[in-house]
Amino acid sequence: MRREAKALLVLVLLLTVVVAACKGKAKPPVARPMPPPMAGSGTNPPPPPGPPQPVSEPVVVPPMPAEDTIGTKSLDDLNRDSPLRPLFFPLDSSDVSSEGQQLLQANAAVLKKYPTMQITIEGHCDERGTAEYNLALGERRALAAKNYLVSLGIAADKVKTVSYGKEFPFDAGHDESAWSKNRRAHFVITAK
Amino acid sequence: MNHYPLRWKLLGAAVVAATAVVAGQQPAPQQPPPQPQQQQPTTVGVTLTGEGGAQTRLAVPDLLALSNDRETTEAARIIGEVLWEDLNFEREFYMIPRDTYKSIPPASSIDAVPYDRWRELGADGVVIGTVQKAATGVRVELRLYNVRARQQVYGREYTGSAANPRLYAHTMSDELHDSQRKLRGVARTKLTFSSDRNREAVVNTIEKRDVKEVYVTDYDGANPRRITINRALNVFPTWSPDGRSIVYTSYRTGVPDILISNIYAGTMETPTKGAGQNWLPVFSPDGTRIAFTSNRDGNPEIYVMNRDGSDLRRLTNNPEIDSTPTWSPAGTQIAFASGRSGTPQIYVVGVDGAGLRRVSQESYADRPTWSPAPYNEIAFSARSGPGFDIKILNIGTGETRQITFGEGTNESPAWSANGRHMAFMSTRAGRSQIFTVDRDGKNIRQITKDGNNQTPNWSQ
Repeated sequence: MRREAKALLVLVLLLTVVVAACKGKAKPPVARPMPPPMAGSGTNPPPPPGPPQPVSEPVVVPPMPAEDTIGTKSLDDLNRDSPLRPLFFPLDSSDVSSEGQQLLQANAAVLKKYPTMQITIEGHCDERGTAEYNLALGERRALAAKNYLVSLGIAADKVKTVSYGKEFPFDAGHDESAWSKNRRAHFVITAK
Repeated sequence: MNHYPLRWKLLGAAVVAATAVVAGQQPAPQQPPPQPQQQQPTTVGVTLTGEGGAQTRLAVPDLLALSNDRETTEAARIIGEVLWEDLNFEREFYMIPRDTYKSIPPASSIDAVPYDRWRELGADGVVIGTVQKAATGVRVELRLYNVRARQQVYGREYTGSAANPRLYAHTMSDELHDSQRKLRGVARTKLTFSSDRNREAVVNTIEKRDVKEVYVTDYDGANPRRITINRALNVFPTWSPDGRSIVYTSYRTGVPDILISNIYAGTMETPTKGAGQNWLPVFSPDGTRIAFTSNRDGNPEIYVMNRDGSDLRRLTNNPEIDSTPTWSPAGTQIAFASGRSGTPQIYVVGVDGAGLRRVSQESYADRPTWSPAPYNEIAFSARSGPGFDIKILNIGTGETRQITFGEGTNESPAWSANGRHMAFMSTRAGRSQIFTVDRDGKNIRQITKDGNNQTPNWSQ
């Protein structure tokens, strides 16, 4: 989490430098507030105070067009802030809930928008299952997510699955808050 | 099969190349266990017993160092200590604590045993030994004396390397158990398990993920050796019956597959030839077949194949999970875990696929492991509160007894070859560590301390 924030900060600083450099070349600097550089970046430094704006509409950070994000980001950066959301499961279960189906529909929409994108779905489990059985359960979770994506028209050969059982928990804690995060199908983009 | 883009393919190729480069030492080649040269026992045929039917009381003082060099004196000290521990481990003899006889003067020679002093201590038997520098290593002589009869009961002479003096103690312990109690001791057996102790990170991941590699130690945790070096997940190692190979689940190629490491030859085998994803392999008792779990037909099922991957047979066919096979001692049946009744339970089926039956009645049961004869029992992990406990199911009576009681989580039991002990993983001391315990739940010992260690298996 801390590393993610740090990476984001570096990215923001980098963008700021790039923007400043471009501006410097193009035309003389103009005093005006910096546009919010990135979508969903909660750690951005507050924009420098500018002249009062005549329009008093709430400032919504416009999401960067997905094309640009996916086109410019490296695979690693893309996976750090993935457009594909993880799918969570109940204890001992590989069933996809109706909420989970909606999430997979959103993921399928991303995959359809970028037909060259390839992914691996990692199946993960919490420590409440055994190391051995969890390998099969993680496989079933990954497979359940894949099968639903395929039912939505995603080509099966674009989606690989792998189970890690409980070998790589996302949260090392030993309570339900950690366990619920660890019972999941995690989407890794392997090609874009 | 592989749809990763070029960049990933290249990275994959680099990993494969790296693995290939080290193939000569992959697994890290090890010296075969040096078998100390043995000479004929000098006296055989007497069995030492306790007084009035009581448990036989044994003492093992320090061995006499007949040479003054450091190697010899070290060996003399270590062999006495380890032999006491080895004999104590099987609980066949009452081992008199060593600090109670530090005051008894060492015999001036191996023949001059101060019987009165040992009798005073209440010892029925005493093991007196010598270590002497030899042309190539050391010469070790060990004798078991009957204190009451004032005579030698058993004796052995070994010559060999001084590199691992523990092995002389282990060998003597196994021979004493065999000659005195007709018992197959475990002193020369080994454990294998998976560990993250080297703290290396898996390549190609965003999150920090520690690799897990296969390790081997003596049964008591001494002499740890790393077997795999491929910087991926390497989990669920199990021994071949001859103790020369370890079959395990490796993510070397990105997905779980079965690898066999021939640990003394330094070679590897890939029996599945890349078909599907395969995990939890376990050798049949005769070493010719491997049972495992695979998703090759779209769902986790149990399969059996020859060691070279030929003669593949599917054993289960159920839309729920079938996983974690173990062989019966005769190799005619396989127990496994299945979710077909709603929660994971233990089932038994013939290797021909006939005679399927459920044998566990738990809220969650996995990692069945079939005890060697004469015990017709299956140990397994049973859900218990937030974690697991080790239980043993008697197949004949259907009765289940509990071995661990909620100290941390306790999983993945594995029997010793003589069926008297189990290795298992427990978090009772904090992180995941390997422990051993006797089949009555006593004699719990921590084997590993470094990193996280899991899924042990005990050699024959």
